[in-house]
Amino acid sequence: MIRVQQENFDIGAEIEGLRADRTDIGAIVSFTGTVRDTAKGATISTMTLEHYPGMTEKELERIEAEANERWSLQGSLIIHRYGPMKPGENIVLVVTASAHRQTAFEAAEFLMDFLKTNAPFWKKEEGKDGGEWVDARESDDVALKRWETAEKVAE
Amino acid sequence: MSIKLLYFAWVREKTGLGEETVDLPGDVQTVSDLIAWLRSRGPEYVSAFEQSDVIRTALDQTHVSHDTAIANAREIAFFPPVTGG
Repeated sequence: MIRVQQENFDIGAEIEGLRADRTDIGAIVSFTGTVRDTAKGATISTMTLEHYPGMTEKELERIEAEANERWSLQGSLIIHRYGPMKPGENIVLVVTASAHRQTAFEAAEFLMDFLKTNAPFWKKEEGKDGGEWVDARESDDVALKRWETAEKVAE
Repeated sequence: MSIKLLYFAWVREKTGLGEETVDLPGDVQTVSDLIAWLRSRGPEYVSAFEQSDVIRTALDQTHVSHDTAIANAREIAFFPPVTGG
């Protein structure tokens, strides 16, 4: 399941929702991305996430479908927020559930690597010297490349 | 051909527009052609598309490269490399 929303999310409640009444799950992995209070040595007061309504949902659904094709998952969830946020607030949540831990760990990393390089979101950091758009990181492209050669995990 | 153009992040700030509907000249066939045509429309477009190789494009909400034919697309978006997550 994917959700794009302005409001915050409750990590515990989201994980409970995914596992409720399930006895076939043996491993749950979650990743939470949060707003840092500094960037390049400057203090950040607000981070604003812009996105492309419509395409964002399509891309997240595509990424989730791809993960479910590569790994045998018992459940998956992606929640991404948009709008203005303060340091310490949640930005993104990825949860994966599987029979054994390796599958859930790998699928969660895959989801984040693909989301970082494909989902149409843009961060603007604001501090006392005004606002600045965050530059894309080359390391994110490198992280994505390893999945091009990675073998599909046999279940 | 009438088409909707969308701009995001600093591309939006530089063009001064979130979106607009334009009639494309017949010789605009690819995304690259469209960028070249947009740059002829005024200094704000020249500024937005100055480093055109950095700009990413989506055709009807799917990522595409600059050599892609526009064909019958209804919506084309221009934006910087994405930075979510």
